[in-house]
Amino acid sequence: MSFKPEILWTDALVYVLVAVIVIFAWQVRRHEHLLASWRRVGHSASGMAALTILVFFIVIGLLDTIHLRPAIENGNGGSETAYGVEVLSLLDLLATPLRMQVETTYSAPFATHLYARETVELPGGGQVREFPRLKFGGAHLQDPEAQLAGDIAIRAGTGAGFALLLWFLITASVTAIVAHRRGEKFVFTLSTIWRGITPVPWRAVFVTLALVLLLGGAALALCGDYHILGTDKVGQDVFYQSLKSIRTGLLIGTLTTLMMLPFALLLGVAAGYFRGWVDDLIQYLYTTLSSIPGVLLIAATVLMIQVYMETHPELFDTIAARADLRLLFLCIILGVTSWTGLCRLLRGETLKLREMEYIQAAHAFGVSHWRIISRHIIPNVMHIVLITTVMDFSGLVLAEAVLSYVGVGVDPSTISFGTMINAARLEMAREPMVWWALFAAFSFMFALVLSANLFADAVQNAFDPRMKTLSALSGTWRRKSIGKNA
Amino acid sequence: MLNYIIRRILYAIPILVGVNLITFTLFFVVNTPDDMARMQLGIKRVTPEAIAKWKQERGYDQPLMFNNAAEGLEKVTRTIFFEKSVAMFAFRFGRADDGRDIAYEIRTRMLPSLAIALPVFVLGLIVYITFALTMVFFRATYVDFWGVVLCVALMSISSLFYIIGGQFLISKLWHLVPISGYGQGLDSAKFLVLPVIIGVISAAGANTRWYRTLFLEEMGKDYVRTARAKGLPESAVLFRHVLQNALIPILTGAVVIIPLLFLGSLIVESFFGIPGLGSYTIDAINSQDFAVVRVMVFLGSLLYIVGLILTDISYTLVDPRIRLE
Repeated sequence: MSFKPEILWTDALVYVLVAVIVIFAWQVRRHEHLLASWRRVGHSASGMAALTILVFFIVIGLLDTIHLRPAIENGNGGSETAYGVEVLSLLDLLATPLRMQVETTYSAPFATHLYARETVELPGGGQVREFPRLKFGGAHLQDPEAQLAGDIAIRAGTGAGFALLLWFLITASVTAIVAHRRGEKFVFTLSTIWRGITPVPWRAVFVTLALVLLLGGAALALCGDYHILGTDKVGQDVFYQSLKSIRTGLLIGTLTTLMMLPFALLLGVAAGYFRGWVDDLIQYLYTTLSSIPGVLLIAATVLMIQVYMETHPELFDTIAARADLRLLFLCIILGVTSWTGLCRLLRGETLKLREMEYIQAAHAFGVSHWRIISRHIIPNVMHIVLITTVMDFSGLVLAEAVLSYVGVGVDPSTISFGTMINAARLEMAREPMVWWALFAAFSFMFALVLSANLFADAVQNAFDPRMKTLSALSGTWRRKSIGKNA
Repeated sequence: MLNYIIRRILYAIPILVGVNLITFTLFFVVNTPDDMARMQLGIKRVTPEAIAKWKQERGYDQPLMFNNAAEGLEKVTRTIFFEKSVAMFAFRFGRADDGRDIAYEIRTRMLPSLAIALPVFVLGLIVYITFALTMVFFRATYVDFWGVVLCVALMSISSLFYIIGGQFLISKLWHLVPISGYGQGLDSAKFLVLPVIIGVISAAGANTRWYRTLFLEEMGKDYVRTARAKGLPESAVLFRHVLQNALIPILTGAVVIIPLLFLGSLIVESFFGIPGLGSYTIDAINSQDFAVVRVMVFLGSLLYIVGLILTDISYTLVDPRIRLE
């Protein structure tokens, strides 16, 4: 089977984002003063534990970003291969069983029977109303009632066992590397990690890793033969939907900032640096934009884009491209409504910076405006940009869910936390209740947003000069520094 | 003072004009009225007559900016821009798609919105300040630590889940209050309890943490050290000195949203079936009633600007050091 790579608009932007992050990381490695702040992030236990979870989310999101169009098997044996209009991601291909094993309607997690009665034809003629067996969930069991619990336990145990093995391998190799770098004995490093007195909180990382791997291993071992989070109204696997939602959430959280960043940075710095009429104009611009309540502006814009897309269907060749472009527009609009805050902050900071002696000195030497801005001002406001970016992320992921509920979120064909909640909330009234889709959306979203929040806190503590005095005031809660620099 | 207020109101005018231009561009330039008509009537199989009728019913059958067919001043006034956008400054909002007067709807729906938003606002302030103060009082202990953890956890839950969870637990499982609906007069109280509680809880995490930071920042000031040096007990320092000073940024920060309370909350109202402005907006968005959305955008910005002016005035009232000239 051959594939044709397909780069959607958001994919391209994700690649740009990855490139930006790599370049940024390379820059940081070369500058000791930047590295010092990042080390402080690395020393925060909650931040590093959160980062461990985020890494898993990001890997899933990236897997879901590489898109392909599988070839259609054509019978006439022509040399030209045709490619289907269905765009699949690498994650889709990896999760082919999850994607293809579609039941007819709702089924509970680990169920072997449907959630609704159906009329079934008996082999000997006649009909009976019963809960039919699922086509895929637990289909390999002869006697579900007796075998179900045992089978689940064995499979989950095997999965968890492999996960544990992997965990031991990772732990051992990381410990070995740390020991080698510090020139210590392996056992000594292991014991310092165990007591939690290493500068980088490896213990927190390892514990988090163990939890994630155990859960993931068990889920991986089970998801092929069961619907571990049930199925939705049209019989799609909820676990698969949750995995797909991750990319949408991550995209909205990151691309929005990426879209608004150039404008906010340029306009904010320009307003603070040039003052006068430039300042007045830019201030007018962002006051006007920020005076429109965010949700209403988004609603109005999305409505208009809907109209545009409906009346210009010729612009989009696949459904995926259409949904993707709508996602991109949503990011842009969210960016337009949220850049004003960053712009205001940057303007204030630039106003302060331009009166500093070193900038005055640069002026006196006849350095050009553009050079002063790019060499002296922008590097010194980057910490604000970074803090705002990470702080905004979780808010944007949460906003997506609300917007989808309001009806101005992502395209209904895009799987996201918002569309999942939206589809599931009507089923709350059912008796007995269909709870698993909400549960899945809740737990995945909670894990993502909580870890993003914790990581953002770690970044803010490390980069915001105001937070240093605050944390000193609020008391200790810094780790004991016994083994530091040992 | 009066001079200042007048000047601020004059400053607000160009901003409102800007908002008006943005909405006009969004609603009439990005998509022509023909596009909107086609969208509403169905993309395929739509006759030019049907489009013309749709436009005429809504008064969109005029040129956008400049009417060559008219005489004199009417060249400018008999246009969509003048009749739909400029008319908003005179609070002439026109009619919704279902033929009802938008201004009348707004007047009647304002009260139910306010009945939820105002208690949420007042109760929220009291609760968040109380919790934040407690955490600061017990700072650097387990109370503070777990308080912050709880705040971060509360922040990480989507507001949709607060509503769904609250409706499920309190209304469906325990049958304490009705799930949704709205009554007349005092009867409405039992419908309002749950939305108000959920409204307070769903914003608790972020606000409590924010207020805690404000209090902690205040604790670092010199006058606090002086108060301690005088031998005042910690409770007196906190409740008499820090609280009063930290209330200035908290209250002035809260003033800006007071006018916006009239608009109500979009999702809370639609989940609980409260006939306020929030659910009105959601209905308009879902039925693609462009006229209503446009009016709400204008109204929202107007109220926000009023809030900004009120904020500046409240600064002078609570902090005598600030002079507005």
